[in-house]
Amino acid sequence: MKPLNLLMATTALAIAGGMASAQDMTDEMTIVSWGGAYSNSQQKAYHEPYMEKTGVKIINDESSAEAVAKLRAMNEAGNVTWDVVDVVASDAIRLCDEGLAMEIDPDTQLAAAPDGTSAADDFGDLLVSECFIPQIVYSTAFGYRTDLVGDTPPDDICDVFDTETYPGKRSLEKRPINNMEWALLCDGVAKDDVYDVLATAEGQEQALAKLDTIKDDVIWWSAGADTPQLLADGEVVMGSTYNGRLFSVIEEQKQPVAMLWDAQVFDLDGWIIPAGLSEERKARALDYIMFATDTQRLADQAKYISYGPARASSAPLVGQHAELGIDMAPHMPTDPANAKNTFLYNYEFWADYRDDIDAKFQAWLAK
Amino acid sequence: MSDQTTSGPVLAADGTPLKRSLARALRLQKMRALALIAPLLLFVLITFIAPIADMLFRSVENQIVSETLPQTVVALADWDPTTGEAPDEAVYRALAADLKVAVEDKTHTRLGSRLNYELTGASSLFRKSGRKVKRMDLESDTSFKEAFTDIDRKWGEVAIWETIQTYSPKYTNGYFLNAVDMRKGPDGPEARPENQQIYMMLFGRTLFMSLVITMSCIILGYPVAWLLANLPTRTSNLLMILVLLPFWTSLLVRTSAWKVMLQQQGVINDTLVWLGLVADDARLVMINNQFGTIVAMTHILLPFMILPMYSVMQTIQPSYLRAAKSMGATNWTAFWRVYFPQSVPGIGAGSILVFILSIGYYITPEIVGGNTGTFISNRIAYHISSSLNWGLAAALGAILLAVVLLLYYVYDKIVGIDNVKLGG
Repeated sequence: MKPLNLLMATTALAIAGGMASAQDMTDEMTIVSWGGAYSNSQQKAYHEPYMEKTGVKIINDESSAEAVAKLRAMNEAGNVTWDVVDVVASDAIRLCDEGLAMEIDPDTQLAAAPDGTSAADDFGDLLVSECFIPQIVYSTAFGYRTDLVGDTPPDDICDVFDTETYPGKRSLEKRPINNMEWALLCDGVAKDDVYDVLATAEGQEQALAKLDTIKDDVIWWSAGADTPQLLADGEVVMGSTYNGRLFSVIEEQKQPVAMLWDAQVFDLDGWIIPAGLSEERKARALDYIMFATDTQRLADQAKYISYGPARASSAPLVGQHAELGIDMAPHMPTDPANAKNTFLYNYEFWADYRDDIDAKFQAWLAK
Repeated sequence: MSDQTTSGPVLAADGTPLKRSLARALRLQKMRALALIAPLLLFVLITFIAPIADMLFRSVENQIVSETLPQTVVALADWDPTTGEAPDEAVYRALAADLKVAVEDKTHTRLGSRLNYELTGASSLFRKSGRKVKRMDLESDTSFKEAFTDIDRKWGEVAIWETIQTYSPKYTNGYFLNAVDMRKGPDGPEARPENQQIYMMLFGRTLFMSLVITMSCIILGYPVAWLLANLPTRTSNLLMILVLLPFWTSLLVRTSAWKVMLQQQGVINDTLVWLGLVADDARLVMINNQFGTIVAMTHILLPFMILPMYSVMQTIQPSYLRAAKSMGATNWTAFWRVYFPQSVPGIGAGSILVFILSIGYYITPEIVGGNTGTFISNRIAYHISSSLNWGLAAALGAILLAVVLLLYYVYDKIVGIDNVKLGG
């Protein structure tokens, strides 16, 4: 172990309240993530350099989609087998609420930026929960088939609701989040008022009524890979999904698909450390987090996938795609040209209204 | 001497009464049998029965409210929500005391998530109050009511207090009411608003579609099973491999294959358009709806129907049919009156297997079901892994289990469970 790393690790440990020394870290850890291209980007940007540096063995588990339920079950059974877990921010908030994730102090447990800016300032508003260490900014946006939309490609979110100009199926996620916002926006509600309207029963009815106008033209997806597949097959003319998936369809598979960035919804993905780990495992997990979320590492991940790094200090370091050799900046959801009209996932609103609106949405869907 | 033997008990060779000696021998035998199955019994108890019982128990369990807010629950017991007024100062003081403890243990947000299932907004209310309650001083502060309504005006309204009071008992029927589209109202159970009713419809749809799938499996499987049982061994072995082949293929692969077949730009639609049977702009919608689910699930569950039918049909003597025909029966009469009744136990076994498997099916409806072809199990999965409302998931699961047991009982009464054979 290098002296610097040793020093960092001991600091982390001392702050974690442990009496243990740096030697008391496990030499094996289980990291949970989403699988596919995303896990691959983490493997190259974080896991491989970390393993090389420390000699730790990292075991990958692709369970992020069920992470919240599994962590709760593990916690109840008193046998938490995961060390670091990759989850979206809304799940991190739930895990924190349920007492299943450990609280992190950004100033002492995360690395400062190279210019000395503290981690708390570097991440800024993206630290949406005490337990959450942000990693990337991704967005849910639309992709459309360039060969099926005629001479006037869609450039407005409301084109999704315009089945006359753009006939054909659309794919939308099978949940109220994002869809309700888009529906209200296209039903004449001002962007600033969307959540005030959506908080009322009438507003929810209004959004569902707007969605009702295209209900017969929608294929509902539940896995992020569905829309790219449907677009590639020509099964839908446009559809929403995570921007990294669309990047892969457009640039890696060279399908006739283009981005509709209007009203894209930003969301965050990042790490949590499960509550109740032994001191050795906690020390190892904190050491990994300190390493994997520093400025350079976050910028490195963008070489492999088109998601924006969560640190302000990483943005200037984003370069070219490692294999395709194209500039990644124009493909980032945070690029000024793409981010003219954006939403940020409203965590507090959906934490409160999710159960209620979901019941109404599913009842509407099943009608 | 003969007098002695008739009046006294019959003795075994070692002099003990025969009855007792026999009983002991039997008991030993039973113990030995029990010891033999003990590993399996323990295994099933620990890994199957216990987790299911534990999960089902969650459908009524509601300790979290009285454990997190013990003093508040007691102080709130006498409050009458129908007055339309928020409770008095004593309740707010109790709440402050309880929340201080809860914030230490970080259980207040957990309670917030629990109550948010019943009252929208409870989640952020508790999170927000938890942060600020630390600054309250139980000794010197005078008006906690004011302090709490300053944090959020919801604390001054009736709704949140009514919810806490309604859900303060250790056990609740709230989850079960929710699972049948009802809720706890001020005057006992009441129906939910129509735009939130979904579960009864899903239960009905699940049962109906499972029945349709079982029927299509019988219709498609019966001739195949008959061929398997009656063709020469070489040909029937080949056929058997074709029946078993899907068993060895991943469920996901088979389901995705149906997607490729049935979608609008898929194989079937392309062929129909090429043949000119369907216009290019009016391609058939065969997937992401009930039809797609029924087709895919029938295909996936077909072997479970064919195999029991086949093993029963194998035992039916061909000579019976010949005998019937020799006595002047037509082909149809011989089949319907002689062959078919003997094959009914196979149909029964296959139907039970297919029906019970399909009633709890999850992955295929999720992938090809769209919005009209999903089952109740998809909602159970949602509540387990997404909404974390395990109580509701447990209640839905308990109802599903009860429905299956009830149907099994009805089946036993009508067909008779003895009349089910997997072969032999």
